[in-house]
Amino acid sequence: MVNWMKYRLLYLAISLLVIGAGTFSAINWGFKIGIDFTGGSVLEYRLPDGQPKIIKSGPLDQAGKDKIKSDLEKSVGGSVTEVRFENVGPTIGPELVKKTFYALLISTLSILLWVAYQFKNIKFGVSATLATIHDSLVLLGVFSLLGHFFGAEIDFLFVTAMLTILSFSVHDTIVVFDRIRESKKKGESSSDMYALANQALSQTMVRSLNNSFTIIFMLAALILMGGETVKWFSVALLVGTISGTYSSPFVAVSILVTWDELQKKFKKSS
Amino acid sequence: MFWTPIKKFVLIIFLVLVAAYICLPPKFSFFGKSIERPNLNIKIGNFVLQRSFDLRLGLDLAGGSRLVFEADMNKVPEERKAEALQGVRDIIERRVNLFGVSEPTVQVSSFENKNRIIVELPGIKDTEQAVNLIGQTAQLVFYEVKDIPATKTASASSQLSVTNLTGADLQSASVVFDSQTGKPAISLQFTKDGGAKFADLTKNNVGKPLPVILDNEIITQPMVQEEILNGEAQITGTFTIDEAKKLSIQLNAGALPIPVSLVQETTIGATLGAISVQQSILAGVVGIAMVGLFMILAYGKLGLVADVGLFVFAILTLALYKLIPVTLTLPGIAGFMLSVGMAVDSNILIFERFKEEKDKRSVANALEVSFGRAWDSIRDANVATIITSLVLINPFDWSFLQSSGPVRGFAITLLLGILISLFTGVFVSRNLLRVFVREGRKNG
Repeated sequence: MVNWMKYRLLYLAISLLVIGAGTFSAINWGFKIGIDFTGGSVLEYRLPDGQPKIIKSGPLDQAGKDKIKSDLEKSVGGSVTEVRFENVGPTIGPELVKKTFYALLISTLSILLWVAYQFKNIKFGVSATLATIHDSLVLLGVFSLLGHFFGAEIDFLFVTAMLTILSFSVHDTIVVFDRIRESKKKGESSSDMYALANQALSQTMVRSLNNSFTIIFMLAALILMGGETVKWFSVALLVGTISGTYSSPFVAVSILVTWDELQKKFKKSS
Repeated sequence: MFWTPIKKFVLIIFLVLVAAYICLPPKFSFFGKSIERPNLNIKIGNFVLQRSFDLRLGLDLAGGSRLVFEADMNKVPEERKAEALQGVRDIIERRVNLFGVSEPTVQVSSFENKNRIIVELPGIKDTEQAVNLIGQTAQLVFYEVKDIPATKTASASSQLSVTNLTGADLQSASVVFDSQTGKPAISLQFTKDGGAKFADLTKNNVGKPLPVILDNEIITQPMVQEEILNGEAQITGTFTIDEAKKLSIQLNAGALPIPVSLVQETTIGATLGAISVQQSILAGVVGIAMVGLFMILAYGKLGLVADVGLFVFAILTLALYKLIPVTLTLPGIAGFMLSVGMAVDSNILIFERFKEEKDKRSVANALEVSFGRAWDSIRDANVATIITSLVLINPFDWSFLQSSGPVRGFAITLLLGILISLFTGVFVSRNLLRVFVREGRKNG
């Protein structure tokens, strides 16, 4: 059997590295915040040659909108058709931030309680929750980088992706925890968390990877073929899926084992 | 009740056939023959169930506008805010219905003293006109009926004539019960100025109707029975309680005009929507094909069974979208795609388990054990996703959570996908395998 847990500090180091890069980017370059939060307008036109043209600006009224269109028509020398117009007033953003915060809080707490209840142990709940926070941080950091280099925006759909990933990450973690719980019940191996974790990881690794592959296939299809509107949303889900697949065995279980060992040491010394 | 696997198998096939029928497009040609699918139309007594079985597309796919207005309620006293907002909503709804777009929706959302009215107009062409019309502040005016005496060219007639009594003169309206008949009636309270104007008006119009016009529409025309001097009037008639309430809300909306301003607009052209539909279908087909292929490559015959389960999943999901009906949006399609990826997870869990158990016992027995043991983790894992999607759907419209259309669209398809995948991934695949394993043993 593979001794997965031997390298648990390495896993945590990799996570810290990724989150560190994201934090570096977030501090230096910040985030590209979409109009859902800042207010403003997005206009999409179809040019005479059939190409789409996207224009972003501050909040617009009808006159401003007409001016943009006539300016664009002058510069391309033909008539253009407006195919999309989004205008968000400045009051919407702060409200969204608050509601998002509440949504995150409620989901995280309910999942923490659910996992702790199902596994009759707060350690499981907290480790699973820490892994989801890990995934959220990875996603935020990656989007700061993607925003800086490719113009990916943090909009309302991004927030939705973050919440979804939260549940996906827990989904994966629970599958691993379930094997630990089952072996523990049966008393198959010693009740040592380290050994139980190694066994559970070996049993679930293929499943975790295979399941992630199927989700990655679907998301890749969406990113490549699904059109502009859901492209970054799908990228966010993809980043989260990969991070969630990594964090369940390598972060949640590593934390669980480390916690368990620290607890034992503490008991011995006291 | 005892159900054999064969019976369950027949049940599954029956379900799939019904779902496949619902999934058919309303009109299609089959070997050059044009076939029309009739719609569901059941009538049992007073119970009418009608479903058109057409996929409902959201604004981003069908084209249309989503407008968010903010109501300025600063001048409204606290205790009347809820009713006042209802009044604004009703007025906007009536204006929206003038546009004749199919299935417009008008929703109210309140959060931390911000009151918003969300209007969705699928397929609307002239958004500017819609914004202007909806954004107007309601106008309530009392009219009187003037008789025009007969002349040489025309016989005697009457015409509406505007008076100087407006919504501003009306303090409030409320539903009361007539002390004599006990029937619902509407009590009007005028301001001091308004009371004087109203006294004049009633004096000149005894025995005549006094039409009240809100937004160019007569909402009531009570008959003046006598001169009313104290600024308090009662409209009696044969109202039901609901009618009386509605009328009082309308009158109050005129008495307390609430200005609304556009704070958010999303307009998607129909052509862009059509392109999005094509892209989504392509992405969906390619994605599902890849997942299907992957399952066969990874699990062989078992993978084929999972693919059948996936096929059943897709058909059942589409049929449910049409039945419920779910308004499909672009994020909704993403939710569906994600749930496909998750749907095969139950199978993967079970098959991986099966690989382990196969060495310990007979194939049929190992299958049963795998399904049984995998169930715990399938259940626990999916509950977590169900919790999150419920928070996103916000089914009770809690004001501290979002109720935005796109996010809801995503979460609803994700939730449905998970629920259906529990059914197809566990119940359908399990019974398919039971039937196949048994047949295999007979032949072998």
